[in-house]
This record gives sequence, C-alpha cells and structure tokens, in this order.
Amino acid sequence: MPDISANTAGIRSPNPFWLASAPPTNSGPQIMRAFDAGWGGAVWKTLGQPIQNVSSRFGAIPWGGRNGVGFNNIELITDRPLESNFREMAEVKKRYPKHAVIASLMVETREEWKEIIKRSEDAGADGLELNFGCPHGMCERGMGSAVGQEPTVNARITSWAKEFATVPVLVKLTPNVSDILPHGLAAQAGGADGVSLINTIKSIIGVDLDTMVPRPLVNGRSTNGGYCGVAVRPIALHMAAALARDPRFNLPISGIGGVANWQHAVEFLLLGSSSVQVCTEVMLRGYRIVEDMIEGLEGYMRKHQIETLDGLVGRAVPAYTEWGELDLNYETVAKIDANKCIGCQLCVTACHDGAHQCIHPNPDGSLRVPIVDESECVGCNLCQIVCPVEGCITMEPVDNGYAPATWNLHLTEDAALRPKKGSH
Amino acid sequence: MRPLPPDRSELSFTDGKPPLSPLQAATEANRCLYCSDAPCIKACPTGINIPEFIRKIATGNLEGSARTIFDSNILGQSCARVCPVEVLCVGDCVYNALGVPPIQIGKLQRFATDAALARGPLPYAAGPDSGRSVGLVGGGPASLACAHRLRRFGHRVTIYEARAQLGGLNVTGIAPYKLPSADGLAEAEAVLAIGGIDVVTGVSVPTDLSWATLLDRHDALFIGVGLGPDSRLGLEGEGLRGVMGAVAFIEQMKLGQVNLRGVQTAAVVGGGNTAMDAVRELRGLGVPDVVLVYRGDEAGMSGYRHEWEGARKLGVRAAFRRQPVAFEVAEGAVTGLRLAPLGPDKRPLGVDPELLPAQLVLLAIGQGTLGHLVEGLDGVQTARGRVVADAAGRTGNPRVFVGGDCKNGGKEVVNAVAEGRDAAVAIDELLRRAGAEVA
Ligand SMILES: Cc1cc2nc3c(=O)[nH]c(=O)nc-3n(C[C@H](O)[C@H](O)[C@H](O)COP(=O)(O)OP(=O)(O)OC[C@H]3O[C@@H](n4cnc5c(N)ncnc54)[C@H](O)[C@@H]3O)c2cc1C
Ligand SMILES: Cc1cc2nc3c(=O)[nH]c(=O)nc-3n(C[C@H](O)[C@H](O)[C@H](O)COP(=O)(O)O)c2cc1C
Ligand code: SF4
Repeated sequence: MPDISANTAGIRSPNPFWLASAPPTNSGPQIMRAFDAGWGGAVWKTLGQPIQNVSSRFGAIPWGGRNGVGFNNIELITDRPLESNFREMAEVKKRYPKHAVIASLMVETREEWKEIIKRSEDAGADGLELNFGCPHGMCERGMGSAVGQEPTVNARITSWAKEFATVPVLVKLTPNVSDILPHGLAAQAGGADGVSLINTIKSIIGVDLDTMVPRPLVNGRSTNGGYCGVAVRPIALHMAAALARDPRFNLPISGIGGVANWQHAVEFLLLGSSSVQVCTEVMLRGYRIVEDMIEGLEGYMRKHQIETLDGLVGRAVPAYTEWGELDLNYETVAKIDANKCIGCQLCVTACHDGAHQCIHPNPDGSLRVPIVDESECVGCNLCQIVCPVEGCITMEPVDNGYAPATWNLHLTEDAALRPKKGSH
Repeated sequence: MRPLPPDRSELSFTDGKPPLSPLQAATEANRCLYCSDAPCIKACPTGINIPEFIRKIATGNLEGSARTIFDSNILGQSCARVCPVEVLCVGDCVYNALGVPPIQIGKLQRFATDAALARGPLPYAAGPDSGRSVGLVGGGPASLACAHRLRRFGHRVTIYEARAQLGGLNVTGIAPYKLPSADGLAEAEAVLAIGGIDVVTGVSVPTDLSWATLLDRHDALFIGVGLGPDSRLGLEGEGLRGVMGAVAFIEQMKLGQVNLRGVQTAAVVGGGNTAMDAVRELRGLGVPDVVLVYRGDEAGMSGYRHEWEGARKLGVRAAFRRQPVAFEVAEGAVTGLRLAPLGPDKRPLGVDPELLPAQLVLLAIGQGTLGHLVEGLDGVQTARGRVVADAAGRTGNPRVFVGGDCKNGGKEVVNAVAEGRDAAVAIDELLRRAGAEVA
C-alpha cells in the first residue's frame, strides 16, 4: 500500500487532502465529522473580527442540467465568536492529534495579528494560513485581497506573523493579480514557510433575467463575489505551477481551486503542490467524497509504482515550459477510426467553421465516416475535442524529416522550421 | 467441484442485458445525483452504498467502486445481473419522481464487479484465526455470503452441500439469459478465494451426516438449504413422460440437456416468477407455442410485471382463470391438459373443462419447504415449513443460525446474501462471547 501521508511546510497530515477555509470548516463538530470521513487536514474558516453576512450568498453555473460547474460566493470570514472557534479548535486537536488543523487568520493591525496568533497556537493549531485572498467585502476594509495584491504589504504582514508564530505559516494568495510570481516571492521575502493558492476569483456569476439584478440576489441588489468550483481549476493549476517552476521560488505549495475528485488532486500534486485543499465540491456533495479521493490516489500510485507522495509531487513541472521552448517541427494529423465513428459529423462542422476546413463529409454519400485531408490538417485537435467517442479521433505524429526546432532556437541559431500548413 | 458439461442446453441463450461499454458506464454514472441517504440504498436488501460506487465509476476508481459493492454484498456480481432491480434499487431512484429514466444501477454494478473479477482475486483477506469453527449446511448464496464474512472474522468454515457443486439456485435456477451457470460457479470460486473455506459436496444433511455429528464438529451451524422440490398438482398421470417440475426442468437445462423434440406446445402452470422464467426459457429453447396457465387474472400474478411483459413480447400466450383438472395421455406420455374455467373468485364455473393440447407441461406452482430437515435439532422451530429465527438468523438453539430461502420462504438472491451475511455477524458475536467466557 503506498504511503500517502503528507507534509506541507512542516504541517503533517495522514493524507494530502485538506478542507479549504470555508463553510465546511465553520465549526469543530463539522471538522470532526470530516476527519471521521477521512480528510487529512482542515483549514479553519477564516478567523478575525466576526462579521455579519448577507442572504443569499451563493450563485452557481449549471451545465448539462446540473448546478455547480462554477460557483461563487459573497460570504465573508467567520461570523462566530472567536472564543467558540478557539474552544472547538482545542477540542478537535485533542481528539484528532494526528490530523492537521490550520488556523486561517485575517486581522488588521500588528497587535491584532500578535493576539490572534497566540490564541491560535494556544488552541493547538498545527499551522497558520494568512488569508490575503478574499476578493469581496474584506478587501473594502483593507484586508484580504487588498493585502494580497500589494507585495510590500503582503511581505510586511507575513513578517509580523513570522515574528509571533512558532508553528509554520502559509500565505494564502489571491488569484486577482496579473502575475502571481511577485506575490509568491513577497510571501517568501516576508519569511513564509509556504503558500496556498488560489483563493476565489472576482466575478459576477450571472444576472437574474426576471428581476434584472445580478446574482446572488440580496434584497434587490448584488455585488461581485468570489468564483470557485471545477471551472476555476485551470486558472488555479496555472498559478500553482507558475510558482512551482520558477527557480526563485522555493516554498512548499498547498494547491486549491476546483478539485472535485482524486484525478484533479493528482494534477495539483504533479504540478508541485504537496497538499490539496477543497471547498466547493464538499459544499455541493459532502465530506464523503474523500473516500474516493484516497482510494483513487492510492490506486494511481500503485499503478505507477510510486511509494510515497514525494515521488509524485512536482513530477509534471519539468514538462511545463515556455511556448518558445516547444518543438515547432513536431507535426500531427487527425486520424478517424472508421470502426469507432458513429457518423455524428461534429468534427466536420468544427473543422469547417472553427479550424482549417480539412475534414470533409465522405464523398460516398452512403458512408458517414468523414475524411481528413492530411495535407491541410494543421493538427490543432479541435475535432478530437468535439468527438463524443473516446479514442475515435487520434492525433498521429507525422515524420516530416525536420529535426526538432523551437522558436527560441530558430531565433538564436536559425534552426530550420518546417513549411507552414493551412496558411494559404 | 465437478466441472460443468460443455454441451449444456442453456448455452443457446445469449445475454439478455448486455454489459455497458466504458463510455456508456461513464455517461450513466455521471448522471447519478449522488443523493444523500439515498432511497436506492434503502431499497437494496444488502444496503450497498450505491451513489458511492457509482461516483467511483465516474472518477475512474473502478477498484474502489467494486470494493464498495463487495463490502456489503460479496455476491455483488451475480446480484447485478439477477436482481429484480425494477422493484428494488432502480425502482426507488429519485429520477422516477421526475419522469426521467432512473439510473441503471444493475448495469453499473455489473460494470464495476465484472472489471474487478477480471482483474483477479477479490481484495479480501481472512481475519486472524479465532480457533473456532462453523459448519454451513447448503452451499447457495446464503451460505456463501455467510462463509465469506465468517472468514473475514477469522473463523474456520466448512460448507456441506448435497449437490455436486456450490452456488445453489444461482447455478441451477437462474434464467440463463441473466446468468449462465458457469458465471454463477465462477463467482462461488471467487468467494472461496479468501481461503480457508472447506467444501464437502455430495452430502445431504441429516441423511448422510447427522445434526449431532455436525454439532460435535463445529461451534456453531448455519442452515442455508433453500427450498424443496417443485410442488405437484396431485393429479393422476403426473409421473408420466412430458410432465416436470419447472425448477427441476430449469436445472436440467442449465447443467445438462433437455430434449424438446416433438414439443409443439408447452404449458407452464403457475403465475409466479419461476413460471415467468420457464415460459421465456421454453421460447428461447425454440418451443413454437408456449402457454402460461394461471388460476387468476393477469393482474393477480405474483410474477413481476416486467418479466411478464418480456414473456409477452416473445409471443407467450396465456390461459387465465384456468385450473388443470386432468392430463390427456397417449402411449405413456402427456398429450394435453384439461383446464376447468374459473370465476373471478378462482372457483370453478361448473362448465366443461377445455382441452389444451401440449406435449410438455411444467409445474411452477411453488416449491416445497425443507423445514422437516431440522426436526431433531434441539430448540429449532419451524412454521409453515420455514425455519423460525430472528432478523439476525438466530433460531431457538443458541448454536444454530439460518438464512436464505429456507428462512424467508423464498425471496431473491440478494435477500439470501443479506441474511447469510447478517447471520455471520450474529455467529461472530456468539463465538466471541463464548471465547471470552472460556478465557
Ligand atoms: C427458477 C428460479 C429462478 C430464480 N430467479 C431469480 C432471479 O432472477 N433473481 C433472484 O434474485 N432470485 C431468483 N430466484 C431466487 C433465488 O435463486 C433464491 O432466492 C436464492 O438462490 C436463495 O439462496 P439460498 O442460499 O437460500 O438457497 P439455494 O440457492 O436454494 O441454495 C441451497 C443449497 O442448499 C443445498 N441443499 C439443500 N438441501 C440440502 C441438504 N439437506 N444438505 C446439504 N445441502 C442441501 C442445495 O443443493 C443448494 O445448493 C430464482 C429461483 C428460482 C427457483
Ligand atoms: C462560501 C465560501 C466561503 C469561503 N470563505 C473563505 C474564507 O473564509 N477564507 C478563505 O481563505 N477562503 C475562503 N473561501 C475560498 C476557498 O477556501 C477556496 O480557496 C476557493 O473556494 C477555491 O477552492 P474550490 O474551487 O475547491 O472551492 C471561501 C469559498 C467559498 C465558496
Ligand atoms: S442550505 Fe441550509 S442554511 Fe442555507 S438556505 Fe438552505 S436551509 Fe438555509
């Protein structure tokens, strides 16, 4: 059995699956139920000066008749008294000493940081997560993403936290920036032990067409909220990987954003995260999803004969490179497996209207298997994406006789490039 | 165990519900709402966590999916194919309430379990040896489920089976278009793969081996002998060529050969599920004209509606409100059946019986019970031929447990599995308690 115990910046947990700071970690009883279900760690719902929330708070994008492919919220940090939170935190730590309990924190002044860090550590927190990410409400009060968007403020507050903390400190970054790197480096400069990302993305989830008010509706008005759920995973993966592959950035990463199952979690691990946090999928389907995440991860590691998480974390990072380092002479063409084709011709339409007009209906009108004009196919793979039959359209490499050549090599060493296809 | 003969009549049947392709399975699995406290789980007698195993199919975690199934139901592979899902899990899918086709739970379960068994042995190991032993009488689904759970608890297990092979009706009785005997047998082997289950075939208890001997040998006993032979009409000529009990006929078809040469019309007497299977099987074996003879109305049949609809589609005829009163006989063989018309109250109308020419008559009017076998077992009671026990299978004798058809009077494979498994838990409790007292 592979060992899936995890360690992010010295915060250890029986597995890499943590609950992100959000409603599923609102209280001690919830977190204990989550640990019973199998979660390895929990980042407590952000603690600070308790706030007052609005109703409604959530919006969701449906796809294929089901809600929640994308999710957004206008909820703030904890609305519960700090005493209750810390009392419950101590109780959780007493009952679950091996699980990771991380206190997510958001306050303003140096004194407040000092005080809340002390109380967190007294309650037994295994680590701290500084919430520099909340993109609504709190930033209007000078906290959350207002901190995360200013590298100097980020570094300053991080250094305060490091001054007061004895347990590891993670900085939770906001994705509401054009380039994540300076913000990750600011946390590093402030002395952080690790980073977690992403928090939610500034968004308007939609507009209620009957009332003509954006969603979620709060007594005839709305506001921008934080976007999350499976739809944000590509953005989150990119940001986590952008840090993981930069040689100047050396901190451990806890990956967050759009994880709904073990496969998504493995993607984060492969791109350099050593733990993975989940919020939306748990809100939608419950703590029970972790059973499959654990089994799926173990099954994957067995299949690839990987014994510990270290053998997995970051394995995909070296293959993530600049566009200028990609081989321009690598050529593929689409191949349609006539035995698998069901004749929907979605590829014909996609290629004609959205690509390079080189998949044609079969000239033999009695057959619906389309024909690829390989001399024109640019190998974009749009047809493969629209094909509903797995393995029916494959992208097959073509030997064009050219040695591999990147754009960068072409610029620096005048490497020969193959003739362009489909550009007449 | 004796291997099955290669030329069995059942081999002319094909899969009635073909397996799902990976794409079909993924599409169907992604449709599941993953209900909380799901009604389908409650409708499953073994309580499989259905939404969980389906989610695991959707995420590509097939191993975990099968594990979720087998944890509750070690015969999950055959149940996927033989369960009347229309009246169990699928019947309670919340989609029904929306007028949306319910999730095909049986087919998804088959997808996950077939894949698991194709991969190799089931992922279960026997518990540490408890030094205790249990004798199981009968080797059908009830006993197999009981044996496997007992092994997981670490108890030693011996199964005593009257027939030459294990599996019970799962091998000898299930319609071949649902589950051929070879697959039922392979599943029994997969259960045995946990190791440490001794199997003694060809012994009928108590004729060949007395209860006293068994009680001597074992710390506890489990009885899973199922039901007895087909019931008879009590008419003259019943012993002649051309008249058979339906369950006996089906067993012959599944394990050997049936000769239907010269059978133009076959009559099946009864309105239960054995009758439903028999008429469909006769059509499948090529009998041109098959007639179901039932005492009551169409609506009054205990056989499942979906089964009867399937039979109708195959061209099966029905003679409702008809009671066989005599056989027509020529040259020592049956040539027809005399049927007395009945009123709505199932009483004879007093008109002349009609003749139904038939060269084969199968009796599917129920099976006898085997309660008499336990006579002489101290404290064990029977009622209407069934062995009396509580929900966990405890009889009046603290060392004797029971489950399956011989307890419930004849239900489904999945009920037998649930009862066998639960009896194992009760037996384990007893043996642990006894162990604690000794120590
Ligand atoms: C024709 C037919 C079709 C069916 N179709 C379905 C279906 O599609 N789906 C479904 O879910 N259920 C079906 N059933 C019901 C299902 O087969 C039974 O409910 C189930 O097999 C009961 O399991 P069991 O272990 O209690 O008994 P059985 O399966 O009857 O097994 C009992 C075993 O005990 C052995 N035995 C009997 N007496 C003795 C003795 N004295 N000593 C030693 N061994 C003994 C027998 O040889 C047999 O192997 C069908 C039943 C019949 C008759
Ligand atoms: C309703 C809701 C409340 C949240 N509250 C917090 C919070 O208090 N502190 C915090 O750091 N992040 C908060 N988040 C962000 C999540 O922790 C997480 O970073 C984000 O939702 C992306 O992960 P996901 O796609 O798995 O949901 C909240 C998210 C949601 C949906
Ligand atoms: S989810 Fe619970 S708290 Fe939220 S609106 Fe519904 S009932 Fe109220």
